[in-house]
Amino acid sequence: MITGSTILFYLLAALTLGCGILSVATRHIFRAAIYLLFSLIGIAGLYFWLQYEFIAAVQIVVYVGGIVVLIIFSIFLTQQAGEKLPKQKSDRKIFAALAIFCGFALTMLQVYQHEFNGAETTKAPTVADIGKKMLSVDNGGYALPFEIISMLLLAAMVGCIVIALRSKPETK
Amino acid sequence: MIEPGLYHILFISAALFFIGIYGFLTRRNLITMLMSIELILNSVNLNFIAFNKYVWPDKMDGLFFTLFIIAIAAAEAAVAIAIIINLYRSHQSIDVENAEDLKY
Repeated sequence: MITGSTILFYLLAALTLGCGILSVATRHIFRAAIYLLFSLIGIAGLYFWLQYEFIAAVQIVVYVGGIVVLIIFSIFLTQQAGEKLPKQKSDRKIFAALAIFCGFALTMLQVYQHEFNGAETTKAPTVADIGKKMLSVDNGGYALPFEIISMLLLAAMVGCIVIALRSKPETK
Repeated sequence: MIEPGLYHILFISAALFFIGIYGFLTRRNLITMLMSIELILNSVNLNFIAFNKYVWPDKMDGLFFTLFIIAIAAAEAAVAIAIIINLYRSHQSIDVENAEDLKY
C-alpha cells in the first residue's frame, strides 16, 4: 500500500542523495554550494518526516541560513566568477569511486545482517522536554555539555577574528 | 514500495557519508573539501536521529548529540573559512597543492 508519507519519504531521499552527488561532481564551485544547500534542505525535510521538528528547525537555521551563506561568501571572496575548477585526473576519480563503492557495500552488508530490536512508541519529544533536559543538572542532564559548547563557540569566535585579522604593516 | 523504516534511513545516511568521502578524495579546492565535510557531518546527524527514533524512542541522547554536533560544525566551518581566507590572502590560491608551507 502506498501512502502519502511513503511517497514523501522517497522524494526527500532522492532530493538529498541527488543533490549530494551533484554537489561533489559539478565543476562549477558556486553550483556545488547551491546543490549542497538543497541537500541540506532535504535532510531537514527528513527530520520533519521523522517528527523531530526542533532538530529540523535548527538544521535550517544553522546549516542553510548560516554555514551555506558563509561558504557562498567565501567563494565570492576567493574565486574568480564563472571560472571552472580544473579537471581532475581520471585515475584518481576511478580509485575514489572504487573505494567508496567497496566501503558502502561492506557497511550496508553489516547493517542488513544486524537485527535492531526497537521499541515502538510514536511519542516524539517536545521542545519543552528538550529544554528541561538540556538545562537539567540531575543524572543524565545536559547542563555541563551545554556550558562547554557555549565556551567552545566563544573560543571559535575569538579565534576567527584573530585569524582573519589583517596584520598591520609594521611602520615604526 | 516498502514502508520506510530504520534500514531506509541508514541506507540514506551511509550513501551520503560515502558521497562526502568521494568529494573529499577527489576535490583539490579547500572550499569544496569543506562542503564534503559538511555532508559527512550531516549523515552522522541523520544516523543519530534515526537510532533515537526507532531504537530508543523514550530517551533523548541521540537528539542532544545531534544538537551539539550542529553547534560544533558551525564553529568548525567558521574557523576553517577564516583560515581559508587568510591563506588566499598570502598565496592567491586555495588549492591544497599550493598550501604545503603552512607558516610562511
